[in-house]
Amino acid sequence: MKSQESVLKMSNISKEYYGTRVLNNINLEIRAGEIHALLGENGAGKSTLMNILFGMSVIHSTGGFDGEIELDGEKVDINSPLQAMDLGIGMVHQEFMLIPGYTITENIKLNRELIKKDFINNLMPTSLKQIDLDEMNKEARKALDTLDIGIEEWIKVAGLPVGYMQFIEIAREIDKQNIKVLVFDEPTAVLTESEADNLLKAMKKIARSGIAIIFITHRLDEVMEVADNITILRDGQFITRKSKDDTNVFEMAELMVGRQIESLAKHEAKDIENQPVAVSLRKFNVAMPGEEVRDLNLDIYKGEIFGIGGLAGQGKIGIANGIMGLYPSRGNVLIDGQPLALNNPKESIKRNLAFVSEDRRGVGLLLDTSIEMNIAITAMQNKNKFLRDYKLFSQKSHRQIRTHALDMIKQLDIRCTGPEQIVRRLSGGNQQKVCIARALTLDPMILLVSEPTRGIDIGAKKLVLDTLIKLNKELGITIIITSSELAELRSICHRIAIVSEGKIEGILMPDASDTDYGLMMSGEYNKLKSKEVI
Amino acid sequence: MKDKLHVYIKQFGLPRIIIVTFLLSLCVLAVIYNLSIAGLLSDTLVRTGMHGVLVLAMVPGILCGIGLNFGLPLGILCGLIGGLVSIELDLVGFPAFTTAILVSIPIAIVVGWGYGVLLNRVKGSEMTIATYAGFSAVSLMSIGWMILPFKSDEIAWIIGGGLRTTITLTGRYDKILNDFAAISIGNLTIPTGLLLFLIAMNLIVWVILQSKAGIAMKAVGDNPRFATAAGLNVNKYRTFGSILSTVLGAIGIIVYSQSFGFIQLYQAPMFMGFSAVAAILIGGATVKKASISHVFIGTFLFQGLLVVALPVANKMLTAGSLAEITRIIVSNGIILYALTQVGGGE
Ligand SMILES: Nc1ncnc2c1ncn2[C@@H]1O[C@H](COP(=O)(O)OP(=O)(O)OP(=O)(O)O)[C@@H](O)[C@H]1O
Ligand SMILES: [Mg+2]
Repeated sequence: MKSQESVLKMSNISKEYYGTRVLNNINLEIRAGEIHALLGENGAGKSTLMNILFGMSVIHSTGGFDGEIELDGEKVDINSPLQAMDLGIGMVHQEFMLIPGYTITENIKLNRELIKKDFINNLMPTSLKQIDLDEMNKEARKALDTLDIGIEEWIKVAGLPVGYMQFIEIAREIDKQNIKVLVFDEPTAVLTESEADNLLKAMKKIARSGIAIIFITHRLDEVMEVADNITILRDGQFITRKSKDDTNVFEMAELMVGRQIESLAKHEAKDIENQPVAVSLRKFNVAMPGEEVRDLNLDIYKGEIFGIGGLAGQGKIGIANGIMGLYPSRGNVLIDGQPLALNNPKESIKRNLAFVSEDRRGVGLLLDTSIEMNIAITAMQNKNKFLRDYKLFSQKSHRQIRTHALDMIKQLDIRCTGPEQIVRRLSGGNQQKVCIARALTLDPMILLVSEPTRGIDIGAKKLVLDTLIKLNKELGITIIITSSELAELRSICHRIAIVSEGKIEGILMPDASDTDYGLMMSGEYNKLKSKEVI
Repeated sequence: MKDKLHVYIKQFGLPRIIIVTFLLSLCVLAVIYNLSIAGLLSDTLVRTGMHGVLVLAMVPGILCGIGLNFGLPLGILCGLIGGLVSIELDLVGFPAFTTAILVSIPIAIVVGWGYGVLLNRVKGSEMTIATYAGFSAVSLMSIGWMILPFKSDEIAWIIGGGLRTTITLTGRYDKILNDFAAISIGNLTIPTGLLLFLIAMNLIVWVILQSKAGIAMKAVGDNPRFATAAGLNVNKYRTFGSILSTVLGAIGIIVYSQSFGFIQLYQAPMFMGFSAVAAILIGGATVKKASISHVFIGTFLFQGLLVVALPVANKMLTAGSLAEITRIIVSNGIILYALTQVGGGE
């Protein structure tokens, strides 16, 4: 199916944001039916390049860009996403672009609604025509089925877990008819391995039908699995273009960061079971839509790094959100042996719990506020830090906030123009680091992190995981990590619980066999084991 | 180069460029018609100080997430009560002015609290509800003014019941701020006291916004889900913002009345919210973002336009009633234009 001409050619693309050059003479060329991986560290400019291709308004409201885009050999000007879509460019964004109040079908079919084909309807002006909901549902269903997801198409998007939202975004794109180029900006970041596998399969299927795919990811093994060619960016510069067959994971990693990467930190075995229980959950229920937790029992020991894994929709995300009081929950929760009042975020923070949410833009950040305020605010509000007290009233302490922010920026290597930059203008991975910095600022005894390395590059990932290990080792902080990446959990956790259908299916040591992990993920473990006993 | 200009315009805001251009061309006309620029500038300064606090009342509302406070008349009514009480107590001068403010504040706190509770129940359609809350309160108080037991014959009709429509402040606290340390340079008069008071109020609001509660309030307005996760009680800080806005509305009308020289009851407060909203929007605020600088820029531009437009229109259209109509068209036109800009500007 692969033809030799390129569908898409971007030449000498340069872009400045407020005087800083974030892309410099980038070239990118893709053939029909090719899967092309676009790699680079956080802030390398990958999303920016794709925003240019898609005519996003952030690009044009900040002075446009230099360079040329050719589609099927013809030069095109792309000034808006609508135009990009007309030209056959589709995009699955890193940050979701769905309308929460609409159903899944409506989101998939937005602006491309199907019209009923009866007589009266044909006479109506376009905007008054009746919509054919049945047909729309059918087509939406088809797109969802291609991706192997069983969620009902008439459910509202609001409150769905992020894993689902990602698939809906993808379904929306593959549902389009004239599509020539499809961009996936870190589609697998929120998915578990098996879901990601599904997606990769779907991608191959889509590519076989002649659509060119640009694939942005930080997971290099996925690149090796599906990509035909690879383009690597670093700090807005074009580094190289290679065929997958001529390279390997280590070389790619090195080219991305420009230095050698040590392998991920390893956990140290620790005898934790003699420690007192730090968090105890009994009959714990959380009503988080799509990630419900049902009558769950779990003990987490003081000083351990505890992993929570499982497939999307099984409830692993709900646990931390429930403990933090963000979704309605019931049951008994003991923190250091003392009961925790549920459904009260303030109380949870007071008990020295801190949380890094998986929903970065929705819950994790004040997008139009400076990096430094984002880092300081929770500690200020709950621990009275960063305040100067004038008896009658208090004032924020600029100096303390600044010093602390600079410190965090250095510690976590947040790439920014300074502590006053607003977080909306940071790349996805660097936004994540700001969230982590805020949680650390609370000096927690128990740190709950959901998807801590989602969307961050291998260099930064190592940094974040190392930081977590360091906090655990040096300050004795109990860490509860919820992650879709099993490999990551297995590299740093002392114990890992797998959640299935809202309950703990079992707890495994990191060195347990892949089969055990696989069985637990699919919820078959206990059934099989009980059979063995008989 | 063209792009640079584009970015620059975007940052300053096209609406403001249009308004400034309009104002400047009116000024040119004013010079052509031989109008006294110093006089016009004095008037603009007075009106800026006179309306400034009312415009400032928009800031906490926008920041706490209730949006543009179209319910400003609620605060204004509280201020009017304060103003009447100080006359009833037969006070004059600064004690009268201060008492008016001190009496109105607790009333405004209670009203603002109730208003905040109301708005917490109608999240998503605050502005519509606020407009109606304002209208209803004004209408209800029209009955209230008929039955409130004020005795002073400056306030109440001597014969029959109820309070007067307009109550003169001459001999009470008429222009007490305007004349305080006023400086005259030729034709130009600077109402020092009035401007200082406005600056002081802005300073107080600024200090509140830098305080723990103020920062919490901004976070709640910006992203309620974030705020909840940060352990903040969203409804509490929205109520806090409503109270702040209502109190500023109360103080604002007292400042306005002393400059105007009269207290106006009954239907007068009905539409005062609109011009405050228009001013802050012209200053560059949006439904989600507002700052102290928007208050100053917006009030000055809005009032400047009105001040200059009237005499210019008078010269252009000599028929008396036409000029008045032009003035109404201009002021409502600006308000309408400002309202279309709700989402705009960065
Ligand atoms: N709206 C914006 N305004 C100003 N600067 C921006 C804006 N968006 C991105 N940037 C800057 O542009 C650079 C490239 O960001 P981009 O989002 O393209 O990175 P990325 O390669 O997608 O990174 P990640 O892997 O973290 O998503 C970063 O330095 C970022 O701070
Ligand atoms: Mg990105």
